[in-house]
Amino acid sequence: MLDYETLRLLWWALLGVLLIGFAIMDGFDLGVAALLPILGRTDLDRRVMINTVGPVWEGNQVWLILGAGAVFAAWPALYATAFSGFYIAMFLVLCALILRPVGFKFRSKLDGTAWRHAWDTALVVGGVVPAVVFGVAFGNVLQGVPFHFDTDLRVTYTGGFFGLLNPFALLCGFVSLAMVVMHGAVYLAVKTDGEIAARARGVVPWAVILLLALFSLAGAWIAAGIDGYAITSALVPDGPSNPLMKSVARAPGAWLENYHRFPISVAVPALGYAGALATWGLVRAGRSGLAFITSSLAVAGVVGTVGVSVFPFLLPSSSNPASSLTVWDASSSPATLRIMLVAALIFMPLILAYTAWVFRVLRGPVRARDITTDGGAFY
Amino acid sequence: MPDIDVVSLSRLQFGLTAMYHFLFVPLTLGLSLLLAIMESVYVMTGRTIWRDMTKFWGLLFGINFAMGVATGITMEFQFGTNWAYYSHYVGDIFGAPLAIEGLMAFFLEATFIGLFFFGWNRLSAVGHLVVTWLVALGSNFSALWILIANGWMQHPVGATFNTDTMRMEVANFADVIFNPVAQDKFVHTVSAGYVTGAVFVLAVSALYLLQGRHKALARRSMTVAASFGLAASLSVVVLGDESGYTAGQNQRMKLAAIEAMWETEPAPASFTVIGFPDQEGQRTNYAVRIPYVMGLIATRSISEPVMGINQLVEGAADRIRSGMVAYEALQRLRQDRGDADARATFDAHVQDLGYALLLKRYTPLVTDATDAQVAAAARDTVPRVAPLFWSFRVMVGLGFFFIALFTTAFVLSARRRLEHPLFLKVAAAALPLPWVAAELGWYVAEGGRQPWTIDGILPTFLSASSVPASNVWFSLAGFILFYSALAVIELYLMVKVIRHGPLASAPAPSAPLHAVVTAGE
Repeated sequence: MLDYETLRLLWWALLGVLLIGFAIMDGFDLGVAALLPILGRTDLDRRVMINTVGPVWEGNQVWLILGAGAVFAAWPALYATAFSGFYIAMFLVLCALILRPVGFKFRSKLDGTAWRHAWDTALVVGGVVPAVVFGVAFGNVLQGVPFHFDTDLRVTYTGGFFGLLNPFALLCGFVSLAMVVMHGAVYLAVKTDGEIAARARGVVPWAVILLLALFSLAGAWIAAGIDGYAITSALVPDGPSNPLMKSVARAPGAWLENYHRFPISVAVPALGYAGALATWGLVRAGRSGLAFITSSLAVAGVVGTVGVSVFPFLLPSSSNPASSLTVWDASSSPATLRIMLVAALIFMPLILAYTAWVFRVLRGPVRARDITTDGGAFY
Repeated sequence: MPDIDVVSLSRLQFGLTAMYHFLFVPLTLGLSLLLAIMESVYVMTGRTIWRDMTKFWGLLFGINFAMGVATGITMEFQFGTNWAYYSHYVGDIFGAPLAIEGLMAFFLEATFIGLFFFGWNRLSAVGHLVVTWLVALGSNFSALWILIANGWMQHPVGATFNTDTMRMEVANFADVIFNPVAQDKFVHTVSAGYVTGAVFVLAVSALYLLQGRHKALARRSMTVAASFGLAASLSVVVLGDESGYTAGQNQRMKLAAIEAMWETEPAPASFTVIGFPDQEGQRTNYAVRIPYVMGLIATRSISEPVMGINQLVEGAADRIRSGMVAYEALQRLRQDRGDADARATFDAHVQDLGYALLLKRYTPLVTDATDAQVAAAARDTVPRVAPLFWSFRVMVGLGFFFIALFTTAFVLSARRRLEHPLFLKVAAAALPLPWVAAELGWYVAEGGRQPWTIDGILPTFLSASSVPASNVWFSLAGFILFYSALAVIELYLMVKVIRHGPLASAPAPSAPLHAVVTAGE
């Protein structure tokens, strides 16, 4: 039997896997939607682009649903705090996430130019807004957000919506946007041919440069000007999940502490850099398929960097640091973590296997002439 | 305690978005299985009309499914955004079935639905059929896990309160999964979905036959819908009765409220068919009653009494007093975890802790409640009687109507006389009825659970988030505007597809929908 500490560490890792899974799988959807006005010059161009994600967006979206479900089941305090604290931001993400699938489905059902332009706009909004908001959310995790628990463990968030839109958080939002644009462009380079693929390949270097520049800037900002948090009481990794049983202090440079203590963890941000640069090189060399893998690794590196930097914190509180949520005091009970671990071990391999099979069946680029000759089979 | 406006607004928002989401769910459940059946006939017989039928109903299924997926995310997110204290208090148990639903069911249906639409030319006939069945299987598994989660809200088994973490935690997950309430609700709800799918196919086909269009497709579709719908409508009523029995065992207040039974009925309890419940006066005016039936539904016997609202309120007052003892002991335990005396007292009364929380509305301290406050809190355990009474009766009436409708359809189809004009008119007019029944059923199940989010454990007014009311006003207004616009677009597209109808068995591997839709103008 695994002990509570190990279970919590495993679920911290699984949380990372699910968030990275979401960023990789839904990330290219969001990127494709964001690139619609840039790469899609004609209606047919845009239909080709939309159809590259047409058959897979539903499955991709489930990564988010599963990610949220897993946070609910494994980290209920985080679910309660983050979702209610980021209330308006979550509402905006929801609207955007509803707009996008509906846009895919409804856009091609009628021919009118106004109809299709309206849905094009909806799709771009549906791609850009979630990407930016999720980045902004991570930016706020890195700074801590104002919330506290009372003795009944009822959480109250005391910041407003606009407090979330601070300069550092917006920078993180743009990191996220640059990341999905890179990832979406690489996906388009694989899944289209001819001119759209060429245009997509042309976007990749710019997206890589932008991503790495913004990512580096965010790193420098953290090193120079953003205080981290540190647990100042004795660590009880198998203690009860009650965030009020510890003390926490703000500490300059604390977010770099893990990289000093475990030098191997530098590999995570390094993966972000290496993956992005390799993507650039591979796209130039005409190896777009491989580039999609390196681009996915870059996404994993960038998302993982946040997790590794703030560990063991999940969501620090800026107004009442003792209320901060950490891996050691925000989880479910050992029984629930164990049950969910078994479920994940059974189903995750199955999910990966059948997702891979579906992508294999759908392999090959979407071509403009397929759509013009057999329009009804496509969005 | 959260702002009382936030509680009301959040309830309104959750209710509206859930009922909206529930417009799409039953049709997805029913149509997915009907598609699988139709395509199975195609693969077995090789007759292309069955493939055309699968594709045509599949188009409507697809529009509906996209809305179901999109609006489903809202449901999951709202537990966190609007019901944060609920999420903290029961996330340890309630989160697990939601996450397993994602792992086991939703991934399956959502991954394969893309292949259902785009895989006709890329897969063998059998391969595609497997994909369609996997989509249907995924939808049904999805309903199973969601109803396990919901069943736990109605009848919270297999969980205990942890004094260190101030929340409910899993004690026995098998009890949560095999919760009898969840099992009954699952079969009842999916059967309702099958009825919805069957009525939809039946009604649209009837419309075509009335217009004399697409006859081959419509006749075959009706035949499938008739037998499928008959089985489903019988199951929905029988299993609904089973739910009544389970509620009689577990949620007595809900049952008493649905029946507007103010006083305990001595055995054999009689059933009020119709009447006008008066909540203030605690009586039901002009009641028409049938002897014995209530006893049979609720206790499966004629010798046991069925508890009435007023007696249940007295019982609730006792439980509130017992809960106050638990609450007081909990305060002592929080001062000193090792207080053995407090632990013993707490353990003896913990099953009533939730009832003490009802007092928080009247006194934040709970332990200093007066007799009047206890009485008021006990009175709060009564849900609103008249809407439950009426919703339930309309739902049941519709259930029996569906049995009659499908029995007629089945007999007519066996005699090859489906095109009876009167029958076709009735069948076409029945189109909206399964939705009415499903929404009323949702209301009876969830409205009847009030004032609790988790029956006997956590009151609704404590479950909401501590967010400013202005935020909830904003999101509520946003949802109403946004959802209304989507509803208009969705209906417009559905009507357009239906009006145009299927293509005649086309030589091309698939029908160019956007072209046909335009051509249909």
